[in-house]
Amino acid sequence: MALNNYCLVCGGTGCESSKSDDIYKKLKEHAEKAGISNQVQIVKTGCFGFCEKGPIVKILPDESFYVEVKPSDAEKIVSEHLVKGRPVKELLYKTADDIAAKSEADIKFYQKQVRIVLRNCGIIDPENVQEYIARDGYAALEKVLFEMTPEKVIDELKKSGLRGRGGAGFPTWLKWTNTRATPADQRYVICNADEGDPGAYMDRSTLEGDPHSVLEAMTIAGFAMGATKGFIYIRAEYPLAIHRLEVAMKQSREMGLLGKNILGSGVEFDIEIRLGAGAFVCGEETALMQSIEGKRGMPVPKPPFPSVSGLWGKPTSINNVETFANVPVIILKGGDWFASIGTATSKGTKVFALTGAINNSGLVEVPMGTTLREIVYDIGGGIKGGKAFKAVQSGGPSGGVLSTEFLDTPIDYESLTKLGSMMGSGGLIVMSEDDCIVDVVRFYLEFSVEESCGKCAPCRIGGRKLLNLVEKVTKGTATLADIDTMKQISFAMQRASLCMLGGTTPNPVLSTLKYFEKEYMAHIIDKKCPAGKCKDLVTYSIDKEKCIGCTVCARKCPQGCITGERKQPHEIDQSKCIKCGACFDACKFGAVLVS
Amino acid sequence: MSVQTLPAQESVEFSPALVSFIEEWKDKPGNLIMVLHRLQEEFGYLPRAAVIKMSQMIDVPLAKIYGVITFYHFFKLNRPGKFNIQVCLGTACYLKGGQDIIQELENLLGIGVNQVTDDGLFSVEAVRCVGCCGLAPVAVVGGEVFGKVDPEKLPEILAKFKGV
Ligand SMILES: Cc1cc2nc3c(=O)[nH]c(=O)nc-3n(C[C@H](O)[C@H](O)[C@H](O)COP(=O)(O)O)c2cc1C
Ligand code: SF4
Ligand code: FES
Ligand code: FES
Repeated sequence: MALNNYCLVCGGTGCESSKSDDIYKKLKEHAEKAGISNQVQIVKTGCFGFCEKGPIVKILPDESFYVEVKPSDAEKIVSEHLVKGRPVKELLYKTADDIAAKSEADIKFYQKQVRIVLRNCGIIDPENVQEYIARDGYAALEKVLFEMTPEKVIDELKKSGLRGRGGAGFPTWLKWTNTRATPADQRYVICNADEGDPGAYMDRSTLEGDPHSVLEAMTIAGFAMGATKGFIYIRAEYPLAIHRLEVAMKQSREMGLLGKNILGSGVEFDIEIRLGAGAFVCGEETALMQSIEGKRGMPVPKPPFPSVSGLWGKPTSINNVETFANVPVIILKGGDWFASIGTATSKGTKVFALTGAINNSGLVEVPMGTTLREIVYDIGGGIKGGKAFKAVQSGGPSGGVLSTEFLDTPIDYESLTKLGSMMGSGGLIVMSEDDCIVDVVRFYLEFSVEESCGKCAPCRIGGRKLLNLVEKVTKGTATLADIDTMKQISFAMQRASLCMLGGTTPNPVLSTLKYFEKEYMAHIIDKKCPAGKCKDLVTYSIDKEKCIGCTVCARKCPQGCITGERKQPHEIDQSKCIKCGACFDACKFGAVLVS
Repeated sequence: MSVQTLPAQESVEFSPALVSFIEEWKDKPGNLIMVLHRLQEEFGYLPRAAVIKMSQMIDVPLAKIYGVITFYHFFKLNRPGKFNIQVCLGTACYLKGGQDIIQELENLLGIGVNQVTDDGLFSVEAVRCVGCCGLAPVAVVGGEVFGKVDPEKLPEILAKFKGV
């Protein structure tokens, strides 16, 4: 019997953690019971992007988009929708006007997005190569092998203007050209899936949702550069992505899409997975290659560049997951098509992991040149809880923090760099009035200091010094002279560090000193933390007028330092208070004051 | 290359699967990290005796191996609790109060980061971005991911594992 419906269940990490696997099993069970299992195909896909509203279930062909689905909803989806053809209204996404969205097209989160990298995420079963092939998968590889020369492939990339998505934005075609041009008996293709930026998961979702796209692109890269061997260096913390890659590689080998004689063309290429082990610096290309060689992952000076002397001294091209995922589409649709999307210097799209104080956190893909405002307000739905926007951070620990006046900045490599931030790999963290900028800077510095490999002094010592000074600010003990010292250390680190970890560690400091100087001054001069985050600068007290003596705060206080009779105003013993804010959160009458 | 032959303090058994994995990787260049991953998968951490045995099998000096182990956060030298609690302190989770979860776990279990409870049931670890920032703050207990964790709900979550 023909299939009437496809039922797509999100199998991304976010949704899996809210029981999407149970939903998948229950749907299958109920379809079986209802006797329709041969009329509906139930598939587990990659991330839909709208993780905030997960778990997501989508029904085709009518495109109903169900959000926040629970395993117990499975029965209704089967009996109402799949059997009787009536969408389950209460599970549909509600728009701002409280209207049930009929499909993704009605949902603002999706309206400004353009999906090239994530073209198959949330659409195909990533563990089934046939579904990838049905959506033009491996058509680019076939075209490359039988209709194109290596030069022509690189030429198409050059036309496309594709630049590296791992952070630095180096033109991909040039990297490939240089690697190809170095004479050698062996060359290597590496996919950088280390994704170390804490709070970003673009590459993870791409690999989980569409692993074959990366395998296909690496094989094309191998053909273009005359390399027969590829490595995927992936974080061990990503078990699901590793599993899906392994499944995909096995299927590709079985189908002759990887191996000695790909599709009978005589071209050889194979891929091996190598696991990272939780060191951020290993995302840096020279450190990454040290790690693949089985050593401590410490960067080495460049030049020589990897394209000349890389893995085991052989010419190597190393590209990011997202960079690769663009390649098959460019080959199929042409470089000119790709170059028609984006800005003058930055082509195509960029995937961002949008998180923080935002209503719709999730994975978004937008054309280059989209403004931060469009991302925060149109796609992200604005700030959570109606709070005021304060800042947006891009580029993770290496990036900068931008304030309200830059919301209309079009996102591309150059404009972000000019403002002292950077594109980075795609973490985009939104902060509200409740977040303290100095505290966030302290968080990033702590990260960079912990992750410094310690090889060179500017990073090892400078980073620690910077962190100490920022900690002084958060404690209210810093002076204005300390700010000057911070600038000097930053300057030295930017110039003298061996790798870009040390070179970019000062970015959060410098960008905030520029755009949020007032907040530093509040900490240093007024000894106040405007957001109430820096514990040493906050005191909690109880407003005697407002307190009705309900005793809730006293029961919540972990220190037991709130006293008072029932129905009488309470009091906080400041000598014992650890400033956890539990009383503030607990009081329903606004009687706990923060200052 | 000569190999250090320290006497193993305790003898360790390697499963046949582990032995064949090591055999398979023995001669591949850059095998060390992959073999360490497999070893840690087997024991839950890297017991010294096991590392010594492995060092002899792949013919790499112990000093080099420990140099590598201590460089990478992922490798553990001490046995974690039966249920390891990984609290995410990635940026999204940090901003949404990941630190409060660590604080509350300390109140509840009496252990801080990288410590194990006396009964060996729980250990606490701070990790960076589990990859579901939409659900921040996130904690992973014994491999199960919990999103939008409210510190007040932690006793409930822990109770679930205590019963097992
Ligand atoms: C400290 C540091 C961490 C990095 N982490 C990553 C990472 O996690 N993923 C990534 O693709 N590139 C990372 N990079 C950039 C890589 O060194 C390299 O430029 C990139 O993988 C090249 O690929 P692309 O040209 O496709 O962007 C990092 C760089 C530095 C300095
Ligand atoms: S800059 Fe930092 S991470 Fe890079 S080599 Fe120097 S010490 Fe290591
Ligand atoms: S994980 Fe399901 S929508 Fe992202
Ligand atoms: S920051 Fe915690 S899951 Fe990403």
